[in-house]
Amino acid sequence: MSDDPAGPRPDPWDRFRAATPARINPGRSGDALPTAALLQFQADHARARDAVHGKVDFAALARQLAPKPVLCVNSRAGDRPAYLRRPDLGRRLDESCAARLPAGDWDLLFVIADGLSAQAVTSHAVPTIEACLALLPGWAVAPVVLAGQARVALGDEIGERMGARLVVVLIGERPGLSVADSLGIYLTYAPMVGRKDAERNCISNIHAAGLGYPAAAAKLAWLAGQARLRRLTGVELKEDAEARQIKAIDTDL
Amino acid sequence: MPARSTDLGGHRYVFPDLRTLLACASPRRSGDELAGIAAATDAQRVAARLVLADLPLSAFLSEAVVPYETDEVTRLILDDHDATAFAPVSSLTVGGFRDWLLSYEADEAALGALAPGLTPEMAAAVSKIMRNQDLITVAAKCRTVSRFRTTIGLAGRLGSRLQPNHPTDDATGIAGSILDGLLCGVGDAVIGINPATDNLSTYITLVELVDELRRKLDIPTQSCVLAHVTTALLAMARSAPVDLVFQSVAGTEAANAAFGISLSLLDEAHRAALALRRGTAGDNVMYFETGQGSALSADAHHGVDQQTLEARAYAVARRFRPLLVNSVVGFIGPEYLYDSKQIIRAGLEDHCCAKLLGLPMGVDVCYTNHAEADQDDMDSLMTLLTAAGVNFIMGVPGGDDVMLNYQSTSFHDVLGLRHLFNRQPAPEFEGWLRRMDMLDFHGRLPPQSAHGAVGRRLLSRGEAS
Repeated sequence: MSDDPAGPRPDPWDRFRAATPARINPGRSGDALPTAALLQFQADHARARDAVHGKVDFAALARQLAPKPVLCVNSRAGDRPAYLRRPDLGRRLDESCAARLPAGDWDLLFVIADGLSAQAVTSHAVPTIEACLALLPGWAVAPVVLAGQARVALGDEIGERMGARLVVVLIGERPGLSVADSLGIYLTYAPMVGRKDAERNCISNIHAAGLGYPAAAAKLAWLAGQARLRRLTGVELKEDAEARQIKAIDTDL
Repeated sequence: MPARSTDLGGHRYVFPDLRTLLACASPRRSGDELAGIAAATDAQRVAARLVLADLPLSAFLSEAVVPYETDEVTRLILDDHDATAFAPVSSLTVGGFRDWLLSYEADEAALGALAPGLTPEMAAAVSKIMRNQDLITVAAKCRTVSRFRTTIGLAGRLGSRLQPNHPTDDATGIAGSILDGLLCGVGDAVIGINPATDNLSTYITLVELVDELRRKLDIPTQSCVLAHVTTALLAMARSAPVDLVFQSVAGTEAANAAFGISLSLLDEAHRAALALRRGTAGDNVMYFETGQGSALSADAHHGVDQQTLEARAYAVARRFRPLLVNSVVGFIGPEYLYDSKQIIRAGLEDHCCAKLLGLPMGVDVCYTNHAEADQDDMDSLMTLLTAAGVNFIMGVPGGDDVMLNYQSTSFHDVLGLRHLFNRQPAPEFEGWLRRMDMLDFHGRLPPQSAHGAVGRRLLSRGEAS
């Protein structure tokens, strides 16, 4: 494109593009985006929407988890539009499901919740659980619960009914244009209906370009151990976890 | 209060109190349905509007939707009410007020004089019986001008916030987004960064980064890091170069408490920012953001509909004479505003109500990926708002905020609207664009090459940062 006799010059934007995923200097067609950039945006938005509206194949997840036992439940949100409009319904178990959950005595319970990204759950939930289990020897771990139209707080009711001291909800995070398959993990000690978000700890951003499975599992195992020891999760665990996180990064390097 | 009622289509509709009446009269939206306070049917909604239209405006001065005794926002609204300014409309009903607002008599001067006499509830009430067209027409007649280093809100202008967010607050990445925005003529309202991490050291690093760039390139604009007001207070105590102090505000004391703020804390921050005397064109030093649904989200809505509570947040903002206020209208999610129809309506309501109350209002025209909306819908809303005279909109690289994970308006959108509506940025900033030789003969800003004189100058200065 350059008719400079000295040939193409280095693009001064390259240094900035390398430092940010932001869509800087995509060019202009008049005042609008050039066609290629416009369609790339639409492709990214489509991927995000498909992740939100996609269905998790829970039967396939059950096969991947075999021979570990699984239980399937749904929230009170009957479909995706209800789920999106009514977060309160996504936090409570459908009554027929609630009655079927067996009470027990467990150290820890994993719940795989579809949340806002079917893609995240499909890709990352099972490998994350496998990595976590490898770091939790001797823990009494309940059957994995697979939950449809589920929000984080649904784990409170599931954990309470099943007699789990700690519930770990793996959930699809809200997709952005750059990442549509990010998984989050929420830990809640002594789960019961009505727990507040401040009583949970979160590990976020698990995907190919984000936090890897071993790192996520290491964080989870540390938090779970501390939760069991101190009989709590939430803001009081947070500061220690952040200090620990810095150490973990040092180790990785 | 007495129950108010009407007959419509052979059915009697009764509204036991003012907040029920307002909630039922509000256009349908998912947040009011989630709260369980929306009209059950379309007929009930119109019945509420019929009753509301006959309600005297003065009723809002005698009946509070959130109790006076327990809510400092209500006390602020009623204690600061200017009865003299209210006098010209004091005998009108809500319906009569709509007619008056649309009349030729209600011009820029009349509306400006009225603003201190209006309460948020009056503005919210009349908006509920206004069509989108009315919201645009009335807002376009209001002029709200504010100043720091630039003058925002003048006739014939469209301001822009340059929003160069980065997922890890990387300085080079942020600088790249700022330079790209500047080369599109964006950033006259503010260069405002949402930090990925809200802590003091990040805050200071970011305000210093923008301040250095601003001084090196001699750009007449102001910066802001959108961290919690307590972080800004700490930074000011350490003599960081703080231009504007940011805070999200809501329409009830309890919702503000959930944000970790109170009127006295905002007052402290406002005084601290004024004391720095960094503005050259004026001393409007605050930047507030609001959004329908924030009070419900904090379980602090008192059974009041989200649009009325949003208008009450403007009373909080108004007290501190802000440079900028904007509603992050599509950001909060589909449980509050489900789809583009609801987002567009809410954006126009927020802008119009804020303008009636005298605020320098901008709008973050935006949506999340779980809302039923896309870029086409944002094109509609930003065009309607520019027609309505919005003070500023956002400029995000490519419209994609890579830190907050939502889509807003782009640098391109700002340019397109300015050229379509023949608007310029703030005069001080326009002068800078002319000095930088970035505007053509028609006053338009054509594509800037990285290898051209301006591109080289900006990019080399930016690299040095």
